[in-house]
Amino acid sequence: MSTPIAVLGLLQSGPRHGYDLKREHDARFPLAKPLAFSQVYSTLGRLERDGLVEVTEQQAGDGPDRTLFGITEAGRQHLRDWVVEPEPPAPHVANVLFTKLVVARLGGSDGSAYLDVQRTAHLSRMRELTEERRSGDTATALGADYALFHLEADVRWLETTLARLDTLDQGAQL
Amino acid sequence: MTAYLEARRLVTSFGSTPALRGADLAVAAGEIVAVLGPSGSGKSTLLHCLGGLLRPDAGEVHLDDLRIDTLDDRARTQLRRTSIGVLLQYGQLVPELTAEENVALPLLFGRRGRAEALAAGRTWLERLGVADVGAQRPGQLSGGQQQRVALARALVTEPRLVLADEPTGALDSVAAEQVMELLTGVARQSGTTVVLVTHDLRVASYADREVVLRDGQIVGAAVVGAGIA
Repeated sequence: MSTPIAVLGLLQSGPRHGYDLKREHDARFPLAKPLAFSQVYSTLGRLERDGLVEVTEQQAGDGPDRTLFGITEAGRQHLRDWVVEPEPPAPHVANVLFTKLVVARLGGSDGSAYLDVQRTAHLSRMRELTEERRSGDTATALGADYALFHLEADVRWLETTLARLDTLDQGAQL
Repeated sequence: MTAYLEARRLVTSFGSTPALRGADLAVAAGEIVAVLGPSGSGKSTLLHCLGGLLRPDAGEVHLDDLRIDTLDDRARTQLRRTSIGVLLQYGQLVPELTAEENVALPLLFGRRGRAEALAAGRTWLERLGVADVGAQRPGQLSGGQQQRVALARALVTEPRLVLADEPTGALDSVAAEQVMELLTGVARQSGTTVVLVTHDLRVASYADREVVLRDGQIVGAAVVGAGIA
């Protein structure tokens, strides 16, 4: 996920201190990697340099937490443009699951042993996510759903590929 | 942990086509187990053997202390009426009956009084959040509502074991989620054992653990009760 975009998104509803941004980020994106404070301030520095955020209040005293940051009109326009712009579908298949399957096949395995252990690992994580979705808040449920669908897609792809291997072997080497 | 439901070396063929080739499965009391596997791997056949709907060519099926594969038809039917709830992909509700009557059906077959059976049906419909459709016939219900009614029918006898064959296969993601929340919620609350056949990993993620069936055999070692405390 793009940290500058997430920070700008959080500032839409009003100015924040760096500490508040970190706390809100972790609450809104509960299944993402938590933001480090240093990352918040370095991101705010770059966004300020680019004119997308500005200091709206500087309280007396030392330390960055005394500074209140707000989004500029250029920042709001940047977000509006970003939200409606489609993301390009990934042009390359560069996934470690795919690589493992190819390497297993190159080593003479049919890949089914790898599928079994990967399915077990994925389902274990899916069970945790299903529980988190059930017991968590809306933000957690949304994040869990996203992760569940993607994990399922991984395993479905593995299963489909293995089911096809016999046919693929006749025409081309995998 | 000891097994509550156990299949030992099950072998079944349809004509010259083998479906199960020595399948072993052991499930602890109160455990929810998902059976995964590609199409044609024998998942539904295994479920039918576990429920006494199909007699295996070889092997044994034990439910608690009872060996059920050697029971005669009448005894197996009686066992299904009292101890086993079955949930299928399309609900298989009787189209001429109301939702309430469909749910009451297993109790009526068990010679319970009509008023008592219908009252139990209403209670289960209410518990599964579809009390308002009790007077409607299946054709008037959405797929999700139909499957909740079918789930109520599977649970109305308060069975110790529920067997579910692709219970969400005909539903969209949200309706499937609701049915699985209800099924596993009731099962965990009442200690009901559930064996669930599915090809959907999101459905399988509601189970305590999964086993994989491939070419009529369970792949890998499964620890009984590994998924529950």
